[in-house]
This record gives sequence, C-alpha cells and structure tokens, in this order.
Amino acid sequence: MVDVAFGPERGRRPNLADNREAYLEMVRRKRMYGGLLLVIFIALMSSGWMLADDRNAGGFWGGLHQVFDFPSEVFAEAWAKRANLPGLVWHHLPALIETLNIAAVATLIGAVAAMSLSLLATRGLARWPRLIPVFRRTMDALRAIPEIVIALVLIYILGGGPVPAVIAIALHTGGALGKLFSEVAENADLKPVEGLASVGANWSQRMWLGVIPQVAPNWLSYALLRFEINVRASAILGFVGEGGIGHDLKLAMQWGQGRYDQVVAIFLLLFLAIVAIDRISDHYRHKMVKDG
Amino acid sequence: MTATLAPGLAETVTRRFDRKRRMAFAIPAAIIAYLIYAAISFDIAGLVNRARFDNAAILLSDFWSHKTHVTRDNRSGKLTVAIEGENKGTYPEGMLPDWVTVVEGVTTIDLGRGHVVTYDDAGARYVVPGYGTIDIRPQGDRPVVTAPEPLPDWIAVAENRVGVTTSAGRFTYTRSKVETFRYHAGWELWFFTLDSPFYGKTAPELAALALTGDRIDPARANLAYMAHEFWTNRMWRHGDVAWAIFETILMAFLGTMTAALIALPLSFVAARNFMPLGIFRGAARRVFDFIRGVDGLIWTIILSRAFGPGPMTGAIAIAITDTGSFGKTFSEALENIDEKQVEGVRSTGANAMQRARFGVIPQVMPILLAQVLYYLESNTRSATVIGAIVGGGIGLLLTQAIITQKDWEEVAYYMVLIVLMVMLMDSLSGWLRRKLIRGA
Repeated sequence: MVDVAFGPERGRRPNLADNREAYLEMVRRKRMYGGLLLVIFIALMSSGWMLADDRNAGGFWGGLHQVFDFPSEVFAEAWAKRANLPGLVWHHLPALIETLNIAAVATLIGAVAAMSLSLLATRGLARWPRLIPVFRRTMDALRAIPEIVIALVLIYILGGGPVPAVIAIALHTGGALGKLFSEVAENADLKPVEGLASVGANWSQRMWLGVIPQVAPNWLSYALLRFEINVRASAILGFVGEGGIGHDLKLAMQWGQGRYDQVVAIFLLLFLAIVAIDRISDHYRHKMVKDG
Repeated sequence: MTATLAPGLAETVTRRFDRKRRMAFAIPAAIIAYLIYAAISFDIAGLVNRARFDNAAILLSDFWSHKTHVTRDNRSGKLTVAIEGENKGTYPEGMLPDWVTVVEGVTTIDLGRGHVVTYDDAGARYVVPGYGTIDIRPQGDRPVVTAPEPLPDWIAVAENRVGVTTSAGRFTYTRSKVETFRYHAGWELWFFTLDSPFYGKTAPELAALALTGDRIDPARANLAYMAHEFWTNRMWRHGDVAWAIFETILMAFLGTMTAALIALPLSFVAARNFMPLGIFRGAARRVFDFIRGVDGLIWTIILSRAFGPGPMTGAIAIAITDTGSFGKTFSEALENIDEKQVEGVRSTGANAMQRARFGVIPQVMPILLAQVLYYLESNTRSATVIGAIVGGGIGLLLTQAIITQKDWEEVAYYMVLIVLMVMLMDSLSGWLRRKLIRGA
C-alpha cells in the first residue's frame, strides 16, 4: 500500500520517519517552483511592455497625460453643439439597426450551421462516426480564421455593404458555437434517442425529437452570448471594412474636428445598444439555464 | 382502459399540444420572415449585380500561382521581364527565365504546350495550337490583326488594343507596349529574390553549397548568408512578417495578463462576500459594466489618439476591454467559493490578506486560469483586428496587402500564417490548461 501511495522509486519516496521534515521539504520545493514561475512571468511582462513601448510610435509616459485630451476635446465640442445630439442620434439609428441586423443574421445562420456541425461531430450522435474528425477539424479551421480576413477578401469580390460582414461573422460563429454545442450534446441523455430509434425514426428525426429538446436551453444561452459578441464584432468590422455604425464612426472620425458631435452621438448609440443587449441576454441566459 | 383521463386533464394536455404545435410553426416562420426582411434591407438582389466574379477568379489564381510579365516597350524596343510586374521582381539586365529567348532583336516566349509568342520589329505573333497564328502589325497608330476567321471570343479586338486570353497565358498589344503573362504554380521568389546568388538553385545544390561549397561572400559562411538572404527577402519580407506575428502575440499576451492582474484585486471589491459595503461593491461593478459597455473599438480609437500607432496601444486596448470581462467573471467565481476553507484558515489566526491567499486563491485559481487562457487564445484573434486599427502586427500587413488589391499571394500567405498562429495559441492554451489545472 505504501508503495502504491508514494510511488515506486524507493530512493525518492519521502522519509516517513520524519514526516515534518518531509512536509517542509515538499513545501519548499513548491515555493521554489512557484517563485521561479513568478520571476519568469514578471520578466516576460516587463520586457514585453518595454519592447511594445519601444516599437510604439508614441511612448507610454508621453501619451499617458494625453489619454483624456481627445475625449475631452470631443465632448467639449459635442457639449457646445448639444442641441444637435437628438437629431444626430436619430440620423444614425438606421446604421445601428444595420449593425444589429448583421449580428443577428450572422448569429442565426452560424447557429444553424453549428447545430448540424456539432451533432455530426459528437461521439454517440454522429451520423457518420468515421467522419467525426473531419467535422471537428472543419470547426477548428472556421474558428481560427479571424472575421476581418474573410470580410476584407469578400469586400473585394462582393463590393461593399453588409453581406461580407454577415458571411465572415457567420463562418466564425459556426465554428465557435459548434464547439460549445457539441460539448453540450455530448452530455445529452441517449435514452430518448434509443427510444426513437426503436420506433424506426431516422437520424434527423432522432436528433430533432430526441436531442434538440434536451440541449435547447443551453444552446440558446450560448447563442445569445454569441449574439452579444457578434454585435461588437460587427461594429468593428464596419470600422475596418464597410457597413453599419462602425463605418459611420470611421467617416465621422476621419472628418475630425467639426463633426465630433456626430462621434459622440454614435458613441452613445453604440454604448446604449451594447449595455441593453448585455442586460437582456444576461437576464434570459440566467432564466434559461436555471429552468433548463 | 377507456375514460381514465379526467376530461379537464385531457383538455389541458390537448391544449398544450396545440400550443406546442403552433409554436413549432410560429418560430421558424418568424425566423424566415426576419431573414426575408434582412435580405431586403441588405439589398441581396443588388449585390448579385455588383459582385465581381472576375475578381474572385483573379484572387483564386493568385492564391496558388504567380504570373511573369514579359513586356516590350514599342517605342524604345526595351524588353522587361518582371514577376508580378513588380519592380522588386524584375529580372536584371542579361538574366532571363529559360522560356524567354532573345536572338538579334527577336524575342521568343514559350508559354508551354505549343503556345509560342514572338515579338519582332514587324509586330508580334502568337501561335495557338489547334487554331493558328494570330499576327499583329501596327499600321500607323492602330494594331491590325490577321488571324483565322471567324475570330473566337477569347480574342478581343478594340480600337487600339488587342487582347488574347488562353489557358497558357494572356497577351495584350497596345500602341505603346506589347505584354505577355505566363502563369506558374506556386509562390515565386519565396526563398530568394532574383538578385540573390542563391536564386534558382535546387535544394541539393543549396545543401551542398551550405555544407561544403566555397564561400560566395568571403566575410561569412554560406549558411549565414543564405539565412540573411531569406530573412531579408524583399518580395516576401519574411523578417518583417515574423516580427508582425510576434507583435500580435505580444499584444494578446500583455493585454490578457495585465487585464487579469488588474481585475483580480478589483473583483474582490465587487464580490458580495468580500466587500460588505454596498457603495464600493456597486461602484466596482459599475466600472466593469462601463468598461464592457464602451466597446473595445472605442477604447482602441481613444488610445491610438493618445499613444500613436503601435503594439503597445493595442496591448493597452485589450487590457482595458478585458479588465471589464475578467472583473465580472472573477467576482462571480469569488462569490461561489466554499466558505469552509476560509474558516479553516481564519481559525489559525490569519489576517485578511492571508485568508485570501491561502483560503480563497487556491479555490478560484483553476477557474481564473481557465478563463485567462481562453481569453489569451481568443485575444490572439482580436489582436489581428485591433492591429489593423492601431497599425501594428500582422493585421496591419494584411490590410495593407488587401488595399493594394493585387498582392493576393501575400494575402494568402498572411491568412495561412494567421490561421497557424491562432491554432498554435489554441493548442498552447489547451496544453497549459491541462498542465496547470488538474482534472480539466
């Protein structure tokens, strides 16, 4: 028993006659490893920041006192023209809706793709068990490509507009949700599936009636969380590429002084939208996971 | 067996079934209606007209092949051979690819499979196997074409321009110049550029040169020279690309770790069981909410105004954005700890710091580490996008290459590198998770 508990090597087994010494020895070794890791970590962090500071156009200390210059300049101008704000918010509302639409459509399409991909890639549920690795690698690849790459390439082919962003976000969503969905589906109870199989249900019927009802609350919760992430992604893609409120923001920023009231209006819209979606999705996710 | 169901119950069950059935149709119908609305508002119909599928063809062929331009200036008679038509890929004087020959002012370009283009003083000729000879001679200002009639649609004749596109290459004749493109598979000059002494050598030749050959440059070993030539390749800029990838990973690492270090103490303030004072707790939570609400995009813009473009700006932007997310998840983890361990540590007379260090941190560490590693991986991807905005890392190179709208082979190269980078970080964070967190 002692052999089993302390390992096979006689020489390296702690000396049980003096267990206090053995314990202290273990603690010392643990502390040394911990201290070493800490030193390496601190060295990495400090040298990393110094290197990043070095390669930056402006230095950290030089920039630090300027952090609030730009926001205060923007807000000062917006405050002077505050009468315009309600009108501008109204003017940019369609762009916000476009951004939200991009995120929503992409989440929908991505979630549908993720549903089938995840079921095909889950052990015990897969239609073709041999192809599980293929579907898994597909999801990995979809997750690995950043949205911006696909979006920019598609803008070249499809021209501007929201569709490249939708496709880019949907592909990424398919991969990311597919992985989470498949983790949920792995834990699904197989009894309903067997029951359905015994009455002659085919694969899609077994999945639709046996698995989906079990995993739906968790899947929906993940999909809502993804929608939240996708709204942010769609705003960023608009800024880099085209379409939605991000694009309006870029135009207003490029104009610079004189249009800062627009910038503030867009900031406000984006901030309120993100906070609202955050709250709503938080509320529903808690509810779903509690009920489910 | 019959009438065992009370009428009331039967009715409830039927009603529930009805509702379920209605929902089963209503939800997909609502989704489809929404998608139709979205398709109209996104102007899908207009998109089909605007889409440039010829661009897609250019892009795809550039992804796996390259073209060499053989151009003759019709006024001066000067011949240039350049890969992708770029300055950096121009063959130096006296050096030609083996499929181009110049004999006494007559240039012969062998496009392979019997396709031969000839430039001479009279004009230019293109022999297409199975069709015949396309002969072009300038008369006055415009080129005159003699070719077997009727002209097929792959020969485009306009007022002062003749274009021929075949499977072997492309040929254009205008008043000022005549140009032939030949396509080759692969990314040309990936290892060494034309001006390098190592250009055009096979792998065994290079190995022999590196191991036993005489020094080309007496000052350094051949292998070092080779590495230098590869690293400073002007066409592909391997050195710069490696730096850019490193910068992107650096941004993600610094941003994630700094965010975790800032968020950890703050999350104690925001957790109900550690901060009895509601004011501070609420304040900390509002700070997290505010940081998350002001999107990463806006932080990035504000910061790049203050700190200028570069990787540090990106790292700070990631750090700020993630402080909000970490603060929220960390404080949730802290609220769910087991108080018994804290009690045990308290019974030995530990103060608040010691209780936190020995009673709390060991419990939450696995959750925290898992979160941090997950964010590290996903931030590698975000750092690409943020790099495009702040002007640092591989994101910047990628957007620059896309903006030129012709260096698609570079875009493909960067895409492959980005995917490899993200997958590498993915497996690295998975490996660390398994190493550091037992039972995960």
